[in-house]
Amino acid sequence: MAPHPTFAGVDRLWHDAPVPPSPRPILEIEHLSKRFGAVEAVRDVSFSIAAGAITGLLGGNGAGKTTSIAMILGLVKPSAGTIRVDGRELAREPVAVKAMMNFSSPYVDLPHRLTVTENLTVFARLYGVAAPRRRIAALAADLDLEGLLDRPVGRLSAGQKTRVALAKALINEPKLLLLDEPTASLDPDTADWVRRYLTDYQRRSGAAILLASHNMAEVERLCADVVMMRAGRIVDHDTPAGLLARYGRDTLEDVFLDIARDRRKGKPS
Amino acid sequence: MSPLSAGRIGALMLRHGYLLRSSWPRLLDMIYWPTVQMLTWGFITLSLPLPEGVAGQGLGVLLGAALLWDVLLRAQLGTSMSFLEEMYARNLGHLLASPLRPIELLIAIACVGLLRTLAGMVPTSLLAIWFFGFSVYDMGLALAGFFGALVLMGWAIALFISGLVMRVGMGAEALAWGFVFAIAPLSAVFYPVSVLPPALQVVAWGLPSAHVFEGMRQLLLTGTVDGAAIGLAFALDALYLALGIFAFLRFHDGARDKGRLLQTGE
Repeated sequence: MAPHPTFAGVDRLWHDAPVPPSPRPILEIEHLSKRFGAVEAVRDVSFSIAAGAITGLLGGNGAGKTTSIAMILGLVKPSAGTIRVDGRELAREPVAVKAMMNFSSPYVDLPHRLTVTENLTVFARLYGVAAPRRRIAALAADLDLEGLLDRPVGRLSAGQKTRVALAKALINEPKLLLLDEPTASLDPDTADWVRRYLTDYQRRSGAAILLASHNMAEVERLCADVVMMRAGRIVDHDTPAGLLARYGRDTLEDVFLDIARDRRKGKPS
Repeated sequence: MSPLSAGRIGALMLRHGYLLRSSWPRLLDMIYWPTVQMLTWGFITLSLPLPEGVAGQGLGVLLGAALLWDVLLRAQLGTSMSFLEEMYARNLGHLLASPLRPIELLIAIACVGLLRTLAGMVPTSLLAIWFFGFSVYDMGLALAGFFGALVLMGWAIALFISGLVMRVGMGAEALAWGFVFAIAPLSAVFYPVSVLPPALQVVAWGLPSAHVFEGMRQLLLTGTVDGAAIGLAFALDALYLALGIFAFLRFHDGARDKGRLLQTGE
C-alpha cells in the first residue's frame, strides 16, 4: 500500500493560519427527542457546539448517537425539539441549513459505478459549489486522490474509499461536519492518517466537527468536548480531562465503561 | 420555502447520465425489450389470416398498441429504476442530507425516466419501419398526445411505487416490475374496452391508458382523431399524477419519521 500523503496541500484549500475556536455556537440542539413506536431512541437531548470545535458523541450501541446525527442531517424527523445551525432552524430552512453541513457515515455509500470525479462533480453541483472543477482538483491534491480520479469508487480499497468519502464530505467547505465512526473498519495506519487529517482540517478551516465514535483513544485525541449518551439521554458532557478527573479514571474508555454500566463517578454500583 | 433548483435537479440527472454511460447492460436493456416486443407482435400479426384489404390496418393496430404499451411500461420502469438505483447504491441518505429537496428528487427521476423511455422507444419505432413498414409517426400530432398521456401515467405509477419502496423498504421492489402489468387487461391495449365485462369497463374508463388505446385504434381504423379521448386521458393523468406526487411526499415524510432513509434495505 502506498504511504499516506502528508497535509502539505491543505494550504491550497484553507487559511494559512489556524482558525481559533469561537464561542459562538454553530450547532444548537434543544430538547431533541425521537420515539420509534414504543422505543424512545433519543430523549430530551440538548447541547451546542462552538464554531471551530471538535466534539465527540460517545455511547454504546443503541445509545442514540446515529439517530441524533440523522436528525441533525434532516434524515430522521424529530418527535420534539429544535435543531439550529449557525442560527437557522433546520425545520424552517432545510435547504439553507443542509448547504452548511456535510457528513460521512458507514450507513451510506457513494455510487460504486461512478468514478471519483463523477461522484464529486455530482455532489459539488448538489451543494451548489461555485467552481466544482477547481474545488475537486484542490481536494484531490489535499487528499492524495489525483491518481484515483478516473477510477470507479467500487474498485477502490477501504482506505481509498474513506479518502473519497472525506472529499465528498468537504466538497462544500461545510461549517459543520458530521462524522459517524469515520475510522471504523480501517487499519490502524489509515485510521491514524484520517485522525491527523481531521485535526489539521479543523485547525485550518475553522469548521466544527461532531464525531460519533466507539474509539475512545480517538475521541480523547481529537475532541475538545465530549457528549456522553446512554439509552437515548445525555448522561455527561465535559472536556476529556474534566471527565477523567470527575470519574477518577485514567482513560476515556474506563469512563465510558462506568457510564455504560451505570457506575457513577468511578464507583461500581 | 426555497425555490426549485434547476442546478440540483440537473446534478441528479447528471448522476444517472454517468451511470448509464458506464454500464452497457443498462443501455442495452433500454432498447432490448421494446425491440423484442415489437418484433414478436409484428410477426404474430403477419401470421394472422387477415383479409388482404385489412392486413395493413391490423398490423398497424397491433404494432401501434405494442409500441405505445411499451411507452407506458418504459416510462414507469425508467422512473422507478432511477429511484431504485439510489436504493441499490445506498446513496439515498447522501442525496436527502444534501440541499436536494424531495420534490427535486422526484422531478429528476421523472426526467431521467422520460429520457430512458425516449432512448428505448425511438430506435424501436425506427426498427418497426425497417422490419414491417409501419411508422408510428404517421399518427402525426396525435402521437404526441398519446405519448404524453402514457408518460404521465407511467410517472404517476412510478412515483407511488418509489415512495412505497422508500417507506417500507426493498421488500416492495417487486411492485416496480409487476404493477403495470396488472392494469394491462383493463387498459384495453389490444382489444376494445367494450369486450370487457360491464363492471370492468367502468374501471377501464378511469384509466388514461384505455382512452389512449381507444383513441389510437380509432385513428388507425377511421383516420379521425378523438380529441375528447386524449383530453380525458390528460385530465385523468393530472389527477393520478397529483396523487402520485402527494403519495411520494407523504411516503418520504413517513420514511423520515420511521428512520428508513438511512437504512434502505428490506
